[in-house]
Amino acid sequence: MMEFQHSQASHCESGVMSTMLRHQGLPISEPMAFGLSSAMSFAYLPIVKINGLPLVSYRMPPKFIIKGLQKPLGLKMRFETFRNPAAGTRRLDELLAAGEVVGMQTSVFWLPYMPEDLRFHFNAHNVLAFGRDTASGDYQLSDPVFEAPVSCPGEALQKARFAKGVLAPKGLLYYATGKPSQPDWAIVIPQAIKKTTRIMLDAPLPIIGVRGIRRLANAVERLAGQNDPARAKMFIGQVVRMQEEIGTGGGGFRFIYASFLQEAADLLGRPRLNELADALVEVGDEWREFALSAARMIRDREPLVPAKLADQLRRIADHEQTFFRDLRRAA
Amino acid sequence: MLDSEVPQEGNVTLGGHRKALYARGADGKMHIVQSTGWEVEEIVTRQAVDDLNRLADEARQRVAAGQTSALEYHMHKARMDVPLLAQVTGLWQWRIRRHFRPDLFAHLSPSLLARYADAMGLTVAQLTKVE
Repeated sequence: MMEFQHSQASHCESGVMSTMLRHQGLPISEPMAFGLSSAMSFAYLPIVKINGLPLVSYRMPPKFIIKGLQKPLGLKMRFETFRNPAAGTRRLDELLAAGEVVGMQTSVFWLPYMPEDLRFHFNAHNVLAFGRDTASGDYQLSDPVFEAPVSCPGEALQKARFAKGVLAPKGLLYYATGKPSQPDWAIVIPQAIKKTTRIMLDAPLPIIGVRGIRRLANAVERLAGQNDPARAKMFIGQVVRMQEEIGTGGGGFRFIYASFLQEAADLLGRPRLNELADALVEVGDEWREFALSAARMIRDREPLVPAKLADQLRRIADHEQTFFRDLRRAA
Repeated sequence: MLDSEVPQEGNVTLGGHRKALYARGADGKMHIVQSTGWEVEEIVTRQAVDDLNRLADEARQRVAAGQTSALEYHMHKARMDVPLLAQVTGLWQWRIRRHFRPDLFAHLSPSLLARYADAMGLTVAQLTKVE
């Protein structure tokens, strides 16, 4: 068995998959795992509430990356969930004893190694277990957003794996059952890119993709009419927190995807994709400027003007629309 | 974002941990840069944590005044709201709200108390009082 190697990533699920695949003998970067599974997206979900505020997501739902890499890489992943927490823990121990590296979906709140201020009830975090400490029995985890491997007591891990609420993990375990193969880049990359452009431009629901960004802009604009500045600040704070803090931000995901496009440009010998990567970095920077304006308004460093934020979001939507149309033509 | 523009502002909410971000190097290529944090993230994270702490504090005062039960305080302390606590315990939201009445909470069955305590990672003894 190859010795397990941790590496830090920008986003948990793409990080877990890139580490797992490398362990299986197929070195794939985090951006490649992210791009190849067409994980970049935008969704504004006003009905899914977290602490009474709507969910905003800058990527596809949990498990999308894990599942989406199976086809292009000829990889077989096995998923197991459990009704009984004790059974879930037993199965994890069994797999670790058999030398597997096991992916898990967890809540952030119950992981004791997380910084206190980041421990919210967010259930779609991903980590890898690669062993147990012989002395303490604690699990050795590779949490992709951390610089080094961490350890976690069994009781806490069980609680994190069986947290309830929105996106409850139900003890989800996943691991590879077959060896991944080197794909034919010229086929799989253009396919993955086209899928992302379809999600961003053609999704039938008005809350997904570029239209979702405009829908969010409208919701932000309406905050002015509600005459409740405290609530308005909580709302825009939540949008920014989901953008920048949870997993990695709207800007962050755009930067990962830009990195993927650069890799794709080299693999396919298409310099046009490098130009598009540059354009996407600019869009990522606009997301960061939006976050900056929002934070300044929350802290009263500038007046709270929801219309200004809404305008910024609409400009981003315009630029993303142009970008994804260009990308579709180039793929 | 150029790698020289990656914020290194020592965001305290990261607890000393460094995040990995992708940024553009001088050669135009994207690569990972470790960041000690961005003030913007600190602002929005503190905003969320402060709001949760405020709710817990207000509940603590109402517990002292006999207006609510320790359950409400511990719910906020565990960063939960009524819908989430309902999902975790499998109880109806209206039932949980009823248990915010100090007189009713004082007479809850041990099994119900255990259910609440378990949901919030507490012992029953911790659950029934406010520190």
